[in-house]
Amino acid sequence: MSRSHPRIRNSVTQYDASGHNQAPLPLVGASDQRATVGLSYMTYEQLDEFGTELDAIRQRVLDDLGQADANYIRRVIRVQQGAEVLGRIAILAGVFNLWVLGAGVVLLGLSKILENMEIGHNVMHGQYDWMNDPMIDGRRYEWDNVAPAQDWKHGHNFLHHTYTNIHGKDRDIGYGLLRIDEDQLWYPNHRFNLPLAFLLMLFFEWGVMYHGIELDEYLSGKMSKDEFTTRKRRAYAKVRRQLFKDYVLYPVIACALIPFVGWWAPLAVLGATFVANIIRNIWTFLIIFCGHFPAEVESFAEEDAENESRGQWYLRQLLGSANISGSRAFHVLSGNLSHQIEHHLFPDIPARRYPAVAREVKVLVARYGLHYNTGRMSKQLWSVASQLASYSRKPSDPYKQGKSPENKALRRAKRERELQNVA
Amino acid sequence: MGVIRTALASAPVRALTSPHHPDHYLERIHPLATAEAVRARVVDVRRETGDASTVELRANGAWSGFKPGQHVQFGVEVDGTRKVRVFSVSSSAARSGRRFTLSVKAHPDGYVSQFLHNELKPGTIVYLSQAEGEFVLPDEVPERLLLISGGSGITPVMSMIRTLKDRGHTGHVTFLHYARSRNDEMFTDELDALASDNIDVIRVYTREPEADASLSGRFTLDHIDGIDSDLTFVCGPAGLIATVRDSYAEIGASDRLRMEYFKVPSVDLDAADATGTISFDSSQTEATNSGATILEQAEAAGLKPDFGCRMGVCNTCAVKKLSGAVRHVVTGEICANTDETIKVCVQVPVGDVAVAL
Repeated sequence: MSRSHPRIRNSVTQYDASGHNQAPLPLVGASDQRATVGLSYMTYEQLDEFGTELDAIRQRVLDDLGQADANYIRRVIRVQQGAEVLGRIAILAGVFNLWVLGAGVVLLGLSKILENMEIGHNVMHGQYDWMNDPMIDGRRYEWDNVAPAQDWKHGHNFLHHTYTNIHGKDRDIGYGLLRIDEDQLWYPNHRFNLPLAFLLMLFFEWGVMYHGIELDEYLSGKMSKDEFTTRKRRAYAKVRRQLFKDYVLYPVIACALIPFVGWWAPLAVLGATFVANIIRNIWTFLIIFCGHFPAEVESFAEEDAENESRGQWYLRQLLGSANISGSRAFHVLSGNLSHQIEHHLFPDIPARRYPAVAREVKVLVARYGLHYNTGRMSKQLWSVASQLASYSRKPSDPYKQGKSPENKALRRAKRERELQNVA
Repeated sequence: MGVIRTALASAPVRALTSPHHPDHYLERIHPLATAEAVRARVVDVRRETGDASTVELRANGAWSGFKPGQHVQFGVEVDGTRKVRVFSVSSSAARSGRRFTLSVKAHPDGYVSQFLHNELKPGTIVYLSQAEGEFVLPDEVPERLLLISGGSGITPVMSMIRTLKDRGHTGHVTFLHYARSRNDEMFTDELDALASDNIDVIRVYTREPEADASLSGRFTLDHIDGIDSDLTFVCGPAGLIATVRDSYAEIGASDRLRMEYFKVPSVDLDAADATGTISFDSSQTEATNSGATILEQAEAAGLKPDFGCRMGVCNTCAVKKLSGAVRHVVTGEICANTDETIKVCVQVPVGDVAVAL
């Protein structure tokens, strides 16, 4: 993964919150200028303190990990697998009874939601690596989704979680498809923000898979052809396996039921599985969009975050995320990503700890006079939809229009500067 | 593996459970019901000496047996974490069925061996690998065999000699064993009764020699003077191995020697910064610990490990640490377990460390 790592220049002093000797910074700028992230809220000293306090919360949780956490994730897996097996059986049996078919769809959808969110997403963050169980190991786990784990982890764990909400670095701001932030340039296709978001919602796993191939990186010359071909191959292989299982194998099993109900039995199974996948897509889309795209979530320019300290990194995570309030079951179904803020502060601690961590974080946030962005799902969704609608309109400022002559001139100037720097 | 397990691990079933392995589902039904993952139930734990135990296991059907001399990875789950160490099989390979024993000397710093010796209870389920290792009796056992072991190095050799006895091996076997004292010796009663027409047993107690002992002190070439052998197996601490290897080289018999020694990784939690050696196991490289993060040291050694954020967030650089202690650069926390996953971008070695890079 070394390809997309920023060059580390050793000449730059590394600012950090804990006084340790080595932890490198994600963004190292050419100058010694310190990052400006968070300066409107507190001083550098306070930022360092803020970082130290969050480090301490993290350590307290890590020290406390044990049997209860292991039992929890295994219990979730057991429930998920139970739902999956029952759902598949109900879908097969559903050719005799529509209610059973409906129950099967819901169960399979539920299973895929749990598998992708509370299990897959969290396990692939390495949240359970301390258990040393090969079946729930962050490096080996592969999820029930068309996006191959490896490429998703690169885009999500590394790019998105390190460079959260930094324009030009975090590829998850609008996923290269939508305009969701004031500071994104407007292009004519953004007029279709809302319908495009709706389609992305229905086919979200395909969007994630396509996003992970990083075609744009390849086209802009930042990725080698070899790397791109490898990513494409991995994606094809994963897609083939997923399609074969969901839309060939299980329908083929249903062929045994043709003598009892008629020729359409495999089609019913195929259709039901398709709907289950769509249910999962819609749910994951909604949760994830509520996590970063409501109004009041801040985004950052690369220059603001260069040479940032650990405290600033933490603050950027807090300012760049939003929580959703809800019941315990809701949190589990969201993979505890409803605690997006805590997840972004501590992406590698087991998600079941986030509700407790949130209580400590809120106290800290109040003490520093910061805003803790949270709200009901309806409120956050409405906020996201309004954002999508308002940013779909062409901005009057020509510097915010991607194709305006002013912006083209800006980009040309930047390219020339970069060329000079290289020379 | 039986027919059912073979079927459960077959390609069509894998396709149905994709992207997960069928074992992912089977272990939810029962931890021993896995098709490919080897697991076992502890049948009995017996004390051999004050600090050594034998654990008798009954493996599930995924176990494909062992050859005398092999070892297995042995994992126990304690407080949610699986801790793994490698132990030698000590029982006879001639016995049918899936029962076998491991014999283990509790190492003062060895978490798993201490746990096995002091706390492991019958009925516990343990996580194994298939039997591994090249230190095995050949299918055609030569006419004159010499087995040398020191301390807990007796375990694989015990498996060999028990197998030979059970198979009614008629060739001549000499078994030369070194222990500190009779109290410190494993399998004492069995060794007392082992000698027969074709098996010579010679025991040397290095610290508390017996009055009528034929040999004394540590291994020297004199100890095998007059013992003719076509093939020699030696297992024990590094010192014994080195002496035997040099002696065989001296008499030009190196090709007749098979060796295995235990590496007891040293863990010194108080080691000063930038001391010890860092071993990159997969690339068979070593470097002197410079005090930088393991990721930086690996890069300095010319390796190209995966990495992402370089600040301990993204988990891209996570690898198995095989042994040794490491310190988190931010929190200062020290982790000293064998076989645990660490993010090498934020860990510095404390003394000797081996990682799977």
